[in-house]
Amino acid sequence: MFILIADMQNLDSTFAALADPTRRAILARLALGETTVMELAKPFEMTQPAVSRHLKVLEEAGLIVRRVDGSKRPARLAPSGIEAIDQWLGMLRNALARNYDRLDQVLAEINPNQGGNPQ
Amino acid sequence: MSSTHTANPRMTLTTEGDTHVVVTRRFNASPEAVYRAHTEPAIIQRWLLGPDGWTMPVCIHENRPGGKFRYEWSNGKGQGFYITGELIALEPGSRIVHVERMHLPDPTPDNHIETTFRRDGNGTLMTMRMTLPDAKTRAQMLATGMERGMEASYVRLEGLQLD
Repeated sequence: MFILIADMQNLDSTFAALADPTRRAILARLALGETTVMELAKPFEMTQPAVSRHLKVLEEAGLIVRRVDGSKRPARLAPSGIEAIDQWLGMLRNALARNYDRLDQVLAEINPNQGGNPQ
Repeated sequence: MSSTHTANPRMTLTTEGDTHVVVTRRFNASPEAVYRAHTEPAIIQRWLLGPDGWTMPVCIHENRPGGKFRYEWSNGKGQGFYITGELIALEPGSRIVHVERMHLPDPTPDNHIETTFRRDGNGTLMTMRMTLPDAKTRAQMLATGMERGMEASYVRLEGLQLD
């Protein structure tokens, strides 16, 4: 039960963290591997403090972890972040699958003699 | 990131290297028919729709090398977006090469896509290989696509009756 409550609190901060499109994109970028604030700031055209603020929210939600490397604090995905990305990919996959399921029907309708049994 | 989802064995979605996304799908129709479904506007408008409730009111597709296309989607509630692109190479029944970008409304960086249609048993294996300019663009494209997917899930949730 305690674990359940802890999970639900974590879920709330996860939703809040993922409500922002920039944070979703940062998370997707981190799926490619560990990245420093500087490396994130450049392609996202953001200041380093702005990136740091987003990383803090993601870290507090348990989606990423950071380590100390001299003056840098590179970030990488935490297991729950990897899970979130995986779920998103699954959703993207479902959206595509829906289109192609529709195409199956269209193909069956437009050309009933073609396909299944080519002559 | 390299992730393959195999829940539906007919379709795979995979990331490759830093800049590619590869989708494969099997169809029970000839390569010629599947190719037509990707190049004839009247057919495209019947299936390339995304979540339930969305339609494609505008489908301009100049089906020749160098030809332009523009697809516009609408959810009928004032929301919509469109993509534009150019066809680079067309091999009827077997291959399409094109570039496209989404307008949200600012254009995203170009996505270079090669789609091949190969006879596979009695049907067709379609392979769509996308190449994005860099890792960050691919990450953003997947994040955007995820949102559309999430929207589809929400739409489905709305339709659920909980009793």
